[in-house]
Amino acid sequence: MGKAANYENELATELRLGLLGTDHHEPEKQSFPLSLVIKSNKRSSSEMDYNSSDKCEQDSAPPPKAQVVGWPPVRSYWRNALQQQKKTESDVSGMYVKVSMDGAPYLRKIDLRVYNNYPELLKALEAMFKCTIGVYSEREGYSGSDNAPTYEDKDGDWMLVGDVPWNMFVTSCRRLRIMKESEAKGLGCL
Amino acid sequence: MDPNIKKTKNSADSANYPEAIQSPSQFPDEVLEKVLSMLHSHKDRSSVSLVCKDWYNAERWSRTKIFIGNCYSVSPEIVARRFPRIKSVTLKGKPRFSDFNLVPQNWGANIHDWLVMFAKVYPLLEELRLKRMTVSDESLEFLAMSFPGFKALSLLSCDGFSTDGLKSIATHCKKLTELDIQENGIDDVSGSWLSAFPDNFTSLEILNFASLNSEVSFDALERLVSRCKSLKVLKVNKGIGLDQLQRLLVRAPQLMELGTGSFQQELMFRHCMELENAFRNCKNLQILAGLWDASYVYLHVLYPACSSLTFLNLSYATLRSDEFTKLIAHCPNLRCLWVLDTVEDKGLEAVGSCCPLLEEIRVFPAHPFDQDINHGVTESGFLAVSHGCRKLHYVLYFCQQMTNAAVATIVQNCPDFTHFRLCIMNPGQPDYLTDEPMDEAFGAVVKTCTKLQRLAVSGLLTDLTFEYIGKYAKNLETLSVAFAGRSDWGMQCVLGGCPKLRKLEIRDCPFGNAALLSGLKKYESMRSLWMSACNVTMNGCRLLAKEMPRLNVEVMKDEEDDSHVDKVYVYRSVAGPRRDAPPFVLTL
Repeated sequence: MGKAANYENELATELRLGLLGTDHHEPEKQSFPLSLVIKSNKRSSSEMDYNSSDKCEQDSAPPPKAQVVGWPPVRSYWRNALQQQKKTESDVSGMYVKVSMDGAPYLRKIDLRVYNNYPELLKALEAMFKCTIGVYSEREGYSGSDNAPTYEDKDGDWMLVGDVPWNMFVTSCRRLRIMKESEAKGLGCL
Repeated sequence: MDPNIKKTKNSADSANYPEAIQSPSQFPDEVLEKVLSMLHSHKDRSSVSLVCKDWYNAERWSRTKIFIGNCYSVSPEIVARRFPRIKSVTLKGKPRFSDFNLVPQNWGANIHDWLVMFAKVYPLLEELRLKRMTVSDESLEFLAMSFPGFKALSLLSCDGFSTDGLKSIATHCKKLTELDIQENGIDDVSGSWLSAFPDNFTSLEILNFASLNSEVSFDALERLVSRCKSLKVLKVNKGIGLDQLQRLLVRAPQLMELGTGSFQQELMFRHCMELENAFRNCKNLQILAGLWDASYVYLHVLYPACSSLTFLNLSYATLRSDEFTKLIAHCPNLRCLWVLDTVEDKGLEAVGSCCPLLEEIRVFPAHPFDQDINHGVTESGFLAVSHGCRKLHYVLYFCQQMTNAAVATIVQNCPDFTHFRLCIMNPGQPDYLTDEPMDEAFGAVVKTCTKLQRLAVSGLLTDLTFEYIGKYAKNLETLSVAFAGRSDWGMQCVLGGCPKLRKLEIRDCPFGNAALLSGLKKYESMRSLWMSACNVTMNGCRLLAKEMPRLNVEVMKDEEDDSHVDKVYVYRSVAGPRRDAPPFVLTL
């Protein structure tokens, strides 16, 4: 761990607390207890790098922070339970689906969780692909433009966007495709 | 007891019979006992018992609930002798820092001897509430078999038992109303304990098995919930999915407190609507917890129940700020919120806007050991909450950065803090804007918040912080200190001030023998003192033990250095040194 000469940790019994290069603290040494010194056999102690809050003199990659026993003070039960959660970082960061548009050279990806309802989603699609999507009606599908938004659902079927309640759509949408109206007409008539 | 009723002190008799004036007890004992039986606060009862011998006796005969904050401060024999009619016992064992792995295994605080005594003296025992005690399966079985009227078992942060012990409870406690198992270090052998409740068992009102991992039989659970019509609190574990939750809610719409299971499952739309309706039908729901793996997609099913919520516990739900903001907008009546810092400052701003009645907030770190500054909450989140929630009086806040100015503003906004626990996660970190110590922050807290009972400090702190605390924190009862202070003077200030101090826990601070010994006279008025990784030596501890025989001074020594003390735990006791100390604990 961080034993670079940069740092003033002394591996004896004294550590100086303070920021390197700053002088507005009292010059007296702060003797911190032994738990902060490396004890290789003890499972319970590890080196604590106090100077890592230093902003003035830093290596390009600051050393990883060593873990002090029982700090921060979170109950080990709770911490373990949280770590066991099935959610991965990608789950937390969004619900991304691919969006393709007929005639466009490449696909895009959007995070469905950012939107609250269909109008917001459609506006975003219009902006992303520089197109207009028509007005939705249950009977006619999308009228007023060349494009109709469709999606592939969990069963693999291609559905018209807007027929089902928003939340149901979000849970079942696998990918989006903006179709030319001529093809989409066939879907709307079912 | 004196059967004569002394009517007035001013009667003519008093001149001839001066004894008449001596007894302040002007009521027959039955009346006194009746009056005292309406006293529930332990502090009041303690005061009452000190008035005179008659009152002491009347109090001890009328007490049915006993609270013992440190199981070693007294012995089972002493308790049994003094209080003949106990029905409810609350016992706390290990020092609080054992929650953070600072106390080695097998330290003690075993419940068994207590149970043996209770079986002898309190056969009608109904309630047992334990915190940080060691409880074995044999003890649980003994409990289940010894008290036919047993009603309520609550185990928080305990260890030593397994689900087999719970099976004994379920099997034998025919009148059980409460089984509350929280955050214990136990052996999760199997979920079959739940199936051990007999088919004719219907009395359960509180069931909390949220922290157990092994899956229970859903069929058994559903039947149990169906037949326990008085069930008010149900907190299930992760093994229970959303569709199962819906079925449980349909059977128990009267629930006041619910802990959901896993909140992530592929649900058909129809089931989603059914779940939402089930929540809509829970008209009494005030407390909601659980929400493991909470998938944003399903949070909307909670919305119908949110307006009546007073306590929302999201400490297991990694929600982002936008997801959380939508949820919290539905909870205007919230008094208490526990949340993860994944909601970030933006989420806390939403709390400030949406929850004007909020009294308590706890923000936990989703990544406590990953010190990436870009995650979590900062001072602005805390500021936002304090701005919108003027009734705030309890805060536990884990953050990466803080400033003196922010804290000063926060306590100006909310001067009624009773519990202020701030954890700047990087030890010894100064005010990130000014690079100064955080002394003025905590100075502002103790000067402004006159009702402060509990304080936890963090960040870069000099002795000045402790001068402030000693001088201003007149109502402080509990103080937690870590990686702080410059010299003995800091601790001396606290011990010299703080008249109501009961619990002092210190780790990794430069306080030595002079500091330890400055509290000589004070420790008997306190419950306990914990010092670990400080500069205390064996000589200091020995001196303390010698001067104060009614204190137990327990030392856990440093492996390498014989004179240096790794951990010392000092507490008052009328039971003398404990006889069950393990070899690594030295009682001086």
